[in-house]
Amino acid sequence: MKKIYSVLVENRSGVLAKVAGLFARRCFNIDSLAVGETFDKEVSCITIVSSGEKSTLEQVEKQLNKKIDIIKIKTFSEEDSLSRELILVKVKYNKNNRRELMEICELLDASIVDMSKNQMTIQLCDTPEKTDLLMQMLASISVVEVARTGTLALQKCRLSDQ
Amino acid sequence: MLGADAMAKCLEEEGVEAVFGYPGVAICPFFNSMLGNNIERILVRTEQNAAHAANGYARVSGKVGVCVATSGPGATNLITGIATAYADSIPLVCITGQVDSSLLGSDVFQEADITGAVESFVKYSYLIKKVEDIPRIFKEAFYIASTGRKGPVLIDVPIDIQNAVLKNFSYPEEVNLRTYKPTVKGHAVQIKKVFDALKKAKKPIICAGGGVILSNAKSELREFSHKNGIPVVSTLMGIGAMPTRDPLYYGMVGNNGKSYANKAMNDSDLLIMIGARVADRAIAQPDLVTENTILVHIDVDPAEIGKNVGPTIPLVGDIKSIFDDFKKEELNSDYSEWIETLNKYREAEKPRRKPDEKYVDPAVFITKLSEKMEEEGIYVADVGQNQMWSCGYHIVKNGMFLTSGGMGTMGYSIPAAIGARRAAKDRQIIAVCGDGSFQMSMMELATMMQHGLFIKIVVFHNGYLGLVREYQYNTYKANYSVVDLSGSPDFCKLGEAYGIKCVRVSDMQGIDEKIDEFISYDGPMLMELMIDPMDRVK
Repeated sequence: MKKIYSVLVENRSGVLAKVAGLFARRCFNIDSLAVGETFDKEVSCITIVSSGEKSTLEQVEKQLNKKIDIIKIKTFSEEDSLSRELILVKVKYNKNNRRELMEICELLDASIVDMSKNQMTIQLCDTPEKTDLLMQMLASISVVEVARTGTLALQKCRLSDQ
Repeated sequence: MLGADAMAKCLEEEGVEAVFGYPGVAICPFFNSMLGNNIERILVRTEQNAAHAANGYARVSGKVGVCVATSGPGATNLITGIATAYADSIPLVCITGQVDSSLLGSDVFQEADITGAVESFVKYSYLIKKVEDIPRIFKEAFYIASTGRKGPVLIDVPIDIQNAVLKNFSYPEEVNLRTYKPTVKGHAVQIKKVFDALKKAKKPIICAGGGVILSNAKSELREFSHKNGIPVVSTLMGIGAMPTRDPLYYGMVGNNGKSYANKAMNDSDLLIMIGARVADRAIAQPDLVTENTILVHIDVDPAEIGKNVGPTIPLVGDIKSIFDDFKKEELNSDYSEWIETLNKYREAEKPRRKPDEKYVDPAVFITKLSEKMEEEGIYVADVGQNQMWSCGYHIVKNGMFLTSGGMGTMGYSIPAAIGARRAAKDRQIIAVCGDGSFQMSMMELATMMQHGLFIKIVVFHNGYLGLVREYQYNTYKANYSVVDLSGSPDFCKLGEAYGIKCVRVSDMQGIDEKIDEFISYDGPMLMELMIDPMDRVK
């Protein structure tokens, strides 16, 4: 199973290394990772997607909680979250497949953000499933390079929220 | 005031009596500032042993042990000692010198990224970047090391910070860590559940770990066990939580433990693990434990609960505080039938050892030695066959049994006993090691002599790395590799070279008188025991 950890940490040097080191040492998986400042400059948010047995995922949270630089951990399942990834894909194109590429972009709500005579860069910001799908669709076309962020996630808003 | 003066002042504020360390250029400002106070500076002979000595000191005094080393190799030499303390949850503050902060990261002479290197063996670490932070960081370090699940904290101080001027020194009264608030008090609902389970149980048993001793709850455990007639077994780190000959104590569990202890644990219908990690050496198959047993797991560290085995009733909190809450509950259950069964198990245990009479029998020797030891005596076992024999045959009265449990670090006993001596000037302290472990720390005989921290040392001499040899005997059909200790010195001559009284004992003849003489001798003494090179633990 998969779980998303939204980890608020003290914005100090070495904290990301400590968190990543903990995962490595205890053989926990990191499927994806994203780090950024929060509105409070002293606090960063690390979003980690991890997969494993239920008991392992519980250990992940407990071991994270022991780290003194970690302020707060929120965990939620994929269904309970709003997740986004950003992907940039540079592809080679020619007269024959240009049309097809544009159709893919249109269908998936991706945009062409840069281009030259032979190459173009496609951007998509969407759910991890959608970014995966874009990758699949482009697989048959000559991909030059790919840059992709980790998953960013927040818990979905609920009726009961104050 | 300089940063180094502030560091020394912080140690005074914390009531530190002694530091164990080894100097080098990067920590020289600190040692220079230490000349201005009454804190004893004990020079060890290699940095690893500074951490072990601080470890022994901490366990006996109940305070935080302090060790100090210089940058680079000094700091990296500390690591095994830090990992040893971390594995057994011993509170240490480790101070290391560091190169000038403007040179950090440029691989200058004796630079090592020590905070990075120890990350997985410390509770927390600091690299001080501003001289003004020194008082706050020291206060936090001592607080973190000694609260919750105890453990080592490292403070790395670049030399320019030690030499920087600090205008105002004020030591904080309190720490303010928004992210660190260990749970002390056990949850009332969970406590009630424990008692409900106890009321239903017919065959309850307590398994006491090192946490009982660390939270200073030995007398609470004994009182609870006696008041309610609940039997107790222990892990290796829990030895000494109950007196060995307490009628309700059924020995150490695990693959090197007593078979009746393991049988008691397996047959119980309610197992209460207290301050124990459920680690592999104690419980080989955690899943089997919970098959027919209700498991209560009590620990100050929530991450230990459910790590190796899923408990039925988890209870997080400081053990002493939890026992205090237990006192308020009434339990009128009668487990005498179960006790009778356990007594039968115990009586059925037959001695399996067949020692060669040409040598000293370590098992009989250890029992005799511990019977003759003072009520409050401290026995420090090393690692190897000596440790297994010590676990099996040492009789703890009201004293302490110290050893490196989690990490199993050879060479622990002598420096730890020296540190223990600094904490307890009047108690009887005996380090027991093998000829392998002795040679890992024999340089510390000089530390003992220099600082008058006299201990008694027993060396089991079999000319082998015995426990590995035994493993090779069992696993590789006695094809021995790299376990022969030929080339070892004459231990008595070596001891005498340091001015230590030494005696070599070849067999059991007159052993009682020899032990009496060893114990009553006023001063440092080493007893070398010739044991059967082929002897095995069981």
